[in-house]
Amino acid sequence: MIVNRLQELLQDDENLQFVGWEKGETPFDRTPKTFTAETLGNLCYDSFCGSNLSKYLLSQKTDKKTVVLLKPCDSYSFNQLCTERRLNRDAYHVIGVGCKGKIDGEKIRKTGIKGILSVREEGETLKIETLYGTTEIPRKDVLLDKCLACKGKEHKCADEVLGESEDTCVGDKYETVAKLEAMTPDERFAFWREELSKCIRCNACRNACPACSCIKCVFDNPNSGVQNKAAADDFEENLFHIIRAYHVAGRCTDCGECSRVCPQGIPLHLLNRKIIRDVNEFYGDYQAGDAIGQRHPLTDFTFEDSEPNAERKGGGK
Amino acid sequence: MMKKLPLEQLPAFLKGISETKTLVAPVEKGGQVNFDLWTEDSTLRLDVLKTVKSAKGAFFPQVEDIVHFQMQGKNIDIHPAEVLTEDFVLFGVRACDARSFELLDRVFLSDPTDPFYAARRAHGTVVTLACNRPEETCFCTNFGIDGADPAGDLSAWMTEDTLYFQANTEKGAALVAGLADCDDGEITETQNSIREILNKLPLSNLNLTGFEGDHLKERFDDPRWEELSRGCLGCGTCTFVCPTCQCYDVKDFDSGNGIRRFRCWDSCMFSDFTLMAHGTNRPTQKERFRQRFMHKLVYFPSNNDGIYSCVGCGRCLEKCPQSNHIVNVIKTLGVKEDA
Ligand code: SF4
Ligand code: SF4
Ligand code: SF4
Ligand code: SF4
Repeated sequence: MIVNRLQELLQDDENLQFVGWEKGETPFDRTPKTFTAETLGNLCYDSFCGSNLSKYLLSQKTDKKTVVLLKPCDSYSFNQLCTERRLNRDAYHVIGVGCKGKIDGEKIRKTGIKGILSVREEGETLKIETLYGTTEIPRKDVLLDKCLACKGKEHKCADEVLGESEDTCVGDKYETVAKLEAMTPDERFAFWREELSKCIRCNACRNACPACSCIKCVFDNPNSGVQNKAAADDFEENLFHIIRAYHVAGRCTDCGECSRVCPQGIPLHLLNRKIIRDVNEFYGDYQAGDAIGQRHPLTDFTFEDSEPNAERKGGGK
Repeated sequence: MMKKLPLEQLPAFLKGISETKTLVAPVEKGGQVNFDLWTEDSTLRLDVLKTVKSAKGAFFPQVEDIVHFQMQGKNIDIHPAEVLTEDFVLFGVRACDARSFELLDRVFLSDPTDPFYAARRAHGTVVTLACNRPEETCFCTNFGIDGADPAGDLSAWMTEDTLYFQANTEKGAALVAGLADCDDGEITETQNSIREILNKLPLSNLNLTGFEGDHLKERFDDPRWEELSRGCLGCGTCTFVCPTCQCYDVKDFDSGNGIRRFRCWDSCMFSDFTLMAHGTNRPTQKERFRQRFMHKLVYFPSNNDGIYSCVGCGRCLEKCPQSNHIVNVIKTLGVKEDA
């Protein structure tokens, strides 16, 4: 259906390029790709297309108009990149694609299902064919974490919307943040030490993050004085993540890419979500990427602004 | 002669080893399974086929100190780091990772020998474990690796209730000297059932024609690298989970009154990889991406008797955030038989 619509668009402008996903070798492989009229037939959109294409657009700029498929959550990142003038809204025809939540292959594997040859969706059930027989699992049990904290199925930027969506949000997305806040500083420190000590500094979190759009990251720059290919000690191990969380503060749309891509399963989004919650509390509700051209509270100033440093000291209340 | 151990006695067996030697095994920490120090309180996960990081860290850790420079008034004291002098056991290594050590040996033990790596190899005893349940991402069979017959100092096979051992070296034999003898035939059934699955793996028969060293220029100039590398994030996940990636960088950490010089894993996927005074000769991700796969599939074999420097462990297939991996490269660039 989507490909048919894209082909229609080609009739008006044969020079279009298309940004979407392509199927790969394993049942879960969906690689971000740029398609032309000739290759358009390979474009795929289904329940495994969890990755966010907004950041990918940065590396795919040409003088052609680009048609891009954006899920509801991806549309926030797209807006944010336009706000930051990293993308030019006029260069894109945005197709908002419906989303019923995306499947996390890692979660399926973690349930102990091995040797997965194919995954078929039958309503709310996944029929999984493996080297060791066929098995079933409820679809909702293996959705990506970001889908369980979905911001809603409205596309915040779209020239047209194709396909249906279904709500996938369960519970309160700040629940884990609240748990962390309720810990003593020592417990919280221990929690983050255990998580961050797993980090292998692959930089996937940073490189996938649509808010991390610096052309040269200070941590990669030998002239910055803080280049950091590997942490020399525990302190440096934490530092990278905390600097990154602060650098994207106010700009992070909570798209969940950082945690999705982390090979070590570090819940990085919790750092950002804590900051989002604090910003909301101090300056009123704010959602990065809601619209193009917003000023986020940390770069804006009003006389009514709260003074968090004066109100809170030392992490306590 | 093979040896056997009832599975319920495994904790006691491991404890026995750990009383005299450091024991490293696949243990779960923070929800992830990796090779790490085993203690009685560890959660051992021999059911997990692929640790996130490979086992290579036991011999080639991600970060290791080389030398310390310490200011003492106007003098600088120089303290070279010491090489390992104690024995350790690396337990539960799969056949693919075991092969990776042979590949790393070719790099680190050829002249000039790397003293840190050499000491770890000399003091380490590798206990491998046959792969009862190979996964769809495994493609070790393409590289002549047999998951049903892993190498190492001591090979092990696990059934429902028993662990069987076959020593391949004296170091390996010493570990199981106290166990009961058993007949070689007792593992035949296990081996057969593993091989049956290995033959059925979807990626078990890749065509590697065209990656031999003499096709170097053709492969290097292939226009399809552009398309293959397009989605690559340049992250380094593939490199850091890979058992055969061996590049490292040397960095200084300024401690205020001294310098800690350490080496750390590097990735050809990074923009500052092998940066030189004039800059870099791999200016875009296309060249960096190409480097990783050319090294594994073309340069390494052409310098090492045709041996590929991929062992088909499939970790990069599972972990690449963009699903952009070595099997795509092999399938896209390999010379098709009918061509
Ligand atoms: S976060 Fe929401 S919109 Fe985004 S993939 Fe998940 S369910 Fe879809
Ligand atoms: S993706 Fe995970 S392992 Fe990689 S740098 Fe980020 S936190 Fe560390
Ligand atoms: S191939 Fe995948 S894992 Fe490797 S650097 Fe590129 S995006 Fe990262
Ligand atoms: S390239 Fe991928 S499959 Fe090959 S050895 Fe490295 S991680 Fe394993």
